[in-house]
Amino acid sequence: MEYAQAFRDGDLVQRVVGEIRRIVTRDWVIMEICGGQTHAILHSGLDQLLPPQIELVHGPGCPVCVTSLELIDKGLAIAARPDVIFCSFGDMLRVPGSNQDLFSIKAAGGQVRVVYSPLDAVKIARQNPDKQVVFFAIGFETTAPANAASLLQAKALGLKNFSLLVSHVCVPPAMHAILGAPDNRVQGFLAAGHVCAVMGYWEYPPIAEQYGVPIVVTGFEPLDLAQGILMTVRQLEAGTHTVENAYPRIVTREGNQAAQAMLKRVFRPVDRNWRGVGTIPLSGWGLQPEFAEFDAENRFDVGHIQTRESPLCIAGEILRGLKKPDNCPAFSTLCTPANPLGAPMVSSEGACSAYFRYHRPQDTL
Amino acid sequence: MCLAVPGKITEIYTLNTLRMAKIDFGGVIREVCLEALPEAKTGDYAIVHAGFALNLLSEEEARETLDALREIGEIEAELGLEDEEISSKGL
Repeated sequence: MEYAQAFRDGDLVQRVVGEIRRIVTRDWVIMEICGGQTHAILHSGLDQLLPPQIELVHGPGCPVCVTSLELIDKGLAIAARPDVIFCSFGDMLRVPGSNQDLFSIKAAGGQVRVVYSPLDAVKIARQNPDKQVVFFAIGFETTAPANAASLLQAKALGLKNFSLLVSHVCVPPAMHAILGAPDNRVQGFLAAGHVCAVMGYWEYPPIAEQYGVPIVVTGFEPLDLAQGILMTVRQLEAGTHTVENAYPRIVTREGNQAAQAMLKRVFRPVDRNWRGVGTIPLSGWGLQPEFAEFDAENRFDVGHIQTRESPLCIAGEILRGLKKPDNCPAFSTLCTPANPLGAPMVSSEGACSAYFRYHRPQDTL
Repeated sequence: MCLAVPGKITEIYTLNTLRMAKIDFGGVIREVCLEALPEAKTGDYAIVHAGFALNLLSEEEARETLDALREIGEIEAELGLEDEEISSKGL
């Protein structure tokens, strides 16, 4: 598709940034929810191009970062079992649990496999009928349909050796938690484009209305991000707070209704503990009772977990947009991608990892 | 992890109860679950995440977005903030 490249056109990005510079009259704090967007912003250097009045803060949209330590420790306990093949997205392997990570379980002989899709884990279950295959079903609304499909397929195939360790989280309750906090600084949101590809953006107008913040559905290419920021700044400067869509080539207001129907069939809203943030009511999805037999937490006895978080890591404050990674005394000294204290340093969507890879402090420019 | 990649649907079939497709990502062909796109047909572009097609991609909307953004560029140029020609490449 020829025009795909056009959304990376540096000249056009510069022009959109020029328009932002032209219209901005005061300081604004805008949060991009999605960690994929954080990485795209830092990778493209968009944060350095923007006028100094625009501060981007990085949101909690990093699934491995917000997966609770308790669930990670449960995953580690399951993965260490000799009768289990534990399948996960690659991002999860180096995420620190209380005492170890999946990588060290694998190094010690545990059967930990990285898959591209949860449907690959179903394939592994069919090929290994004598093993229990567990998929670590993390992710936001973007990833939930793939995980739901894997479960529907396993059920249709009558697989008795496949289960999910479910850690699904949802964006709108996190926005409520951020905006409702007394120390909130966020004045506008870039909503995550691929979450909205599935869910649409019909959930957002009440949030924009309640807190008086503009919300702009935004894509992932540099031009998409520049456009999303421009539309947000236009609203902030005009004093409006509506929901707009800067990613119409992928996102419609209603989203993908077939996908939403699948999600409703497989999942139900549950309270979820977000690592570093705490429990947010009805902020996640768990399995519907009909699928309880596919729940790894029911299948394996992993109820008694004592968690221990690093006392140095400030991931919680970073995920809530209160601090930046380079505000952390451990950043790039005690905490590095090779030796992480917290999940945001290892994930391909973690803000700390993005700063470690791409960020140049202002005073070195 | 919420990154998703657009690709062109080259074949649609049913496998182990699921609607599946072969999708061409710029020369790399992968198997993708098409369960949530009942209306998709061969030749359409879909955006794919974790082996699952999330939505179809609208070429018309992409064009309109780019046209609108280029207009911003033109205003900028008129104001003398940029002196280069507006890029028309890419479409």
